[in-house]
Amino acid sequence: MATTYNLKRADFIFRNENDWEKILNRTLQRDKTELINELISSELKGRGGAGFPTGLKWKLASESKVQEKFIICNADEGEPGTFKDREILTKVPFKVLSSMAICAYIIGAKQGIIYLRGEYRFLKPDLEKTISEFEYYCNEINFDFKIKIFMGSGAYICGEETALFESMEGKRGEPRNKPPFPTNAGYMDKPTVINNVETLAHTFTIFKYGATKFYDLGVQFSRGTKLFSVSGDTPKPGIYELELGMSLQDFVDEFGDGDTKAVQVGGASGFLVPRKRFGETAIGFRGKLTGISLPTGGSMMLFNSSRSMFNVLDNYLEFFREESCGQCTPCRVGCQQLLIGIKAVKQGSKPASYLDKLLKLTETMQYTAKCGLGQSVANSFSSIVENFREEMIY
Amino acid sequence: MNPTQELITNLADQYGRNREQLLPILQGVVEKEKFLSDYSMIEIARELDIPAAEVYGTATFYSFLEYKQMGTYIIRVCKTITCSMKGKNQILLTIKDMLKIGVGETTPDRKFSLLETNCLGWCHKAPAMLINDEIFTELTPEKVRGILTEYLKK
Amino acid sequence: MSKKINITINGVVYEVEPGLTILEAAQNAGINIPTLCYHKDLCVAGNCRVCVVEIAGQKRLAASCATPCQENMEVLTNTLKVRNSRKHIIELLLSEHNADCTKCYKNGNCELQELAAEYKIMSQDLIDLVPYKDYTIDMFSPSIIKDDSRCIRCQRCVRTCAELQGVNALTVAYKGDKMKISTFFENSMNDVVCTTCGQCVNHCPTGALIEKNYIEDAWEAISDPEKHVIVQTAPAVRVGLGEEMGFEPGESVTGKMVAALKNLGFDSVLDTDFTADLTIMEEGTELLTRLKKALVDKDINIKLPMATSCSPGWIKYIEHMYPEYLGNLSTCKSPQQMFGALAKTYYAKARKLDPDKIVSVSVMPCTAKKFEANRPEMHDSGYRDVDIVLTTRELAIMIKQAGIDFRKLPEKKFDRLMGDSSGAAVIFGATGGVMEAALRTAYEIVTGREVPFDNLDILPVRGLEGVREASIKIEKPLENWAFLDGVELKCAVAHGLVNAKKVMDAVKEKKADYHFIEIMACPGGCLGGGGQPIPTNPEIREKRTKAIYEEDKNLSIRKSHENPEVIKIYKDFLGEPLGKKSHELLHTKYVARNRY
Repeated sequence: MATTYNLKRADFIFRNENDWEKILNRTLQRDKTELINELISSELKGRGGAGFPTGLKWKLASESKVQEKFIICNADEGEPGTFKDREILTKVPFKVLSSMAICAYIIGAKQGIIYLRGEYRFLKPDLEKTISEFEYYCNEINFDFKIKIFMGSGAYICGEETALFESMEGKRGEPRNKPPFPTNAGYMDKPTVINNVETLAHTFTIFKYGATKFYDLGVQFSRGTKLFSVSGDTPKPGIYELELGMSLQDFVDEFGDGDTKAVQVGGASGFLVPRKRFGETAIGFRGKLTGISLPTGGSMMLFNSSRSMFNVLDNYLEFFREESCGQCTPCRVGCQQLLIGIKAVKQGSKPASYLDKLLKLTETMQYTAKCGLGQSVANSFSSIVENFREEMIY
Repeated sequence: MNPTQELITNLADQYGRNREQLLPILQGVVEKEKFLSDYSMIEIARELDIPAAEVYGTATFYSFLEYKQMGTYIIRVCKTITCSMKGKNQILLTIKDMLKIGVGETTPDRKFSLLETNCLGWCHKAPAMLINDEIFTELTPEKVRGILTEYLKK
Repeated sequence: MSKKINITINGVVYEVEPGLTILEAAQNAGINIPTLCYHKDLCVAGNCRVCVVEIAGQKRLAASCATPCQENMEVLTNTLKVRNSRKHIIELLLSEHNADCTKCYKNGNCELQELAAEYKIMSQDLIDLVPYKDYTIDMFSPSIIKDDSRCIRCQRCVRTCAELQGVNALTVAYKGDKMKISTFFENSMNDVVCTTCGQCVNHCPTGALIEKNYIEDAWEAISDPEKHVIVQTAPAVRVGLGEEMGFEPGESVTGKMVAALKNLGFDSVLDTDFTADLTIMEEGTELLTRLKKALVDKDINIKLPMATSCSPGWIKYIEHMYPEYLGNLSTCKSPQQMFGALAKTYYAKARKLDPDKIVSVSVMPCTAKKFEANRPEMHDSGYRDVDIVLTTRELAIMIKQAGIDFRKLPEKKFDRLMGDSSGAAVIFGATGGVMEAALRTAYEIVTGREVPFDNLDILPVRGLEGVREASIKIEKPLENWAFLDGVELKCAVAHGLVNAKKVMDAVKEKKADYHFIEIMACPGGCLGGGGQPIPTNPEIREKRTKAIYEEDKNLSIRKSHENPEVIKIYKDFLGEPLGKKSHELLHTKYVARNRY
């Protein structure tokens, strides 16, 4: 049955940041272990989409004995339907920078880097000014920490953390084999914490108000709030901060246009949920909510009944075919086969049963692809093909 | 030293000559020259003492590092789902009609190039396009005509 | 000693060294896991994904080549999920690949084909993507053909070119469906920094990179009654050819090879080893002359260290990468080209043949030799000195085509006149061999005594380490060489161009004061050449090396200057080493090439 968590709006992220100096200074006086424990107890999970526990990540990096370490802010926001990170960097950049500094203090890093996607180059001049102001303050309080911006150049895959490191090292943005993990060997093979912009904004909230405040929001396994990028067939497109754990039905009631046929949760690499399952779907990380619980980087794309789900899938697959790094077989060739395959079925040159073969193929991609891109193509593909099979057929 | 060599030397002086500086240097050349010629790639390889093939392999990975001659203004129209649903094709048609070029083409006066690109991150204000680094959103054919008229005057 | 790790593979517990990958642990346990992008010579890529295995408790499969063993890990290599995934991946690769196997040069020796056969990919469910691709075949290089339609993008060639050779002629370009193996700006292999060494050919699992073959040209020449067709075979061919004929690696098949060549219809079967000995006479004398000019005459124009010039891959490498050091190269042609120049002069004269009617064929472990023979300089006989260059692999194909039962062939000897050789020449095929051969002769010229090593085996220059250094102190030289008294002759040996780079950088940065360096382009020297049987790996190369030194040991003449045919040619034709005739026919010059 449907979950009963109603849509709860929140306002932490974009609430004024004028007190950042105070919060930063205060936090830098505190004990490192205590800070890590506080972060762990908040149960904050990464807001880029993968949902790795942030506190644990910082803890692992802090335990490394290596001298040089890095804190990287992942601002390579490229998931279709996501645009929250830009808003954070525009409106409350000091929160992000402060959190980077706190992380640097905890793990023992002196250098922070913001990997900013090439499409957001227009943010760079203002952000640079903010950084110099921030560094000036760090200097004043005798905290040795520098931040630089590294510009991306148009490659979705560079949002994958190890691809991002490769890119920053001047190479093709191809994901690495794991292990080793970034907290052991990340950028320049040094221990690295890499966090999404929004994750860093949340850690600011946590260090400002305390972990309990954050923990009390949301539901079990999905604590706190989250920014949602709402787009598509909605009268209210934009960015909204909501508590995690709401049902998709509540979401659609709020943001739909009255004719919502399906919602794509988590961008092109997420899942498409059809109308009949809005009620049983909860938005959050996998947990013990009744019904399906979906992880999300915050992209919510609504489609009304005028939209062809074939076109939607076709668009996603073209995206993946182009944005795959191309190194591993299942992703590189798999994406090509899926795209050409659904076209063949739609045009009638392959029977409808070919869709089942393609579903099996996405399963293989999920099991065998080297990184999250290839692994997650199955999400949208299977959820669209299974729920809107009739629209895929000739 | 010719202007390209000078540009690359300056960029290398500014950023450094390690492999990690390859992207900023490539971006710097693209910013000035709009694209990476085989000549400039070789000069970058020489400056950083890395193989030219590596420079080429890296550059071609990134969609914003063009390796073909481009116009002064590179128009990138977002083609991902929301922009596509909200009238990207009308936007493209309008641009094609005004500039008489297709996607992937450059005007004979080398002023404009037209490209399609993947998600620009403006889905809530679709359709969107970039002209160089400047973003334009909630486009309509009329709006695009106005924007291009301004650019044509530049 | 670090603690061993317990890992369970298919239900059996194994104790393994920490740091081992699942693939290595399975291989040690005798469990076969299919691979494509994995190669023992190269770093792990983990991109083809055919080596996936199941790890208990994990939904996703792991690439066994890239996953280290962990304590109590439970690995399953043969579950339904694993098999289906592997099959799917092979199908995907085939769908992007021009799978017209019967028209492929690598038909029968292709790892993708083998896997397809093993997994019984009978029908292709997936759509053939080849018609949608704009594939290119680059045939401009005289040595290597690059056929993108056969490429599976495993990147072995790219890693080979970068890690083994330090050349980086090949790279990965573009991304997504457009990702491909490319050269700088998609230029032809012939126009980029490619050294034509052929290591990419040796490491390619499919037919994407192959040698340019001249088999039909050879057959045509043999069949032409007007032509006198002679063939020379390089030292490394005899220790590799057997592998193509069903012998274990490391079996030398010299006699059978000679018999097979005679059966094929060559008019005269001769030995590159003869000119290898001649190279030692010329190069050894050149070294001593340079030393004299540098040490006695204080001539500042004399370039030291002197570097060997037998390996055409190395020559092209230095022409591209270190053109300012061309003066350090010995001016000696490689044994192949010395042979070619003499074939249409000395040999023609002795045999009373019209050089115009001679077709000079060579069988080489090397693809760069094809490029070398094609160099415009190589016409000193008045003709193209070497007309056709075949690799060991091409010879094997011809033997098979001719229906020869190689195993049953009685062993035969090379024909005379340019067919005799010494053990010193045989070891040219292994890294360090030229150095050892040169030292055996040069030391004796200078001191009148044999090199001070047991059985003439100069062990310090042998082995498979990338760079090896050795020095020999010259004591009590003969009168003419008194200036060398007490001089410690410093030598370095490198194989694989990535090691050549190390030596050259040391020279460039003046961190080394060598007198003489031997560089072979390929790992292991010529025995690991780009024209040798596929597969190649460190173990196979080690076996071939053993076979070469065994061959040397068993020969009665082991020093180049004692080869009777060498003595004869100087008496009858050349005069003396570095003499006028030698200069005309046996020496050459080099050209600077594009650095990028």
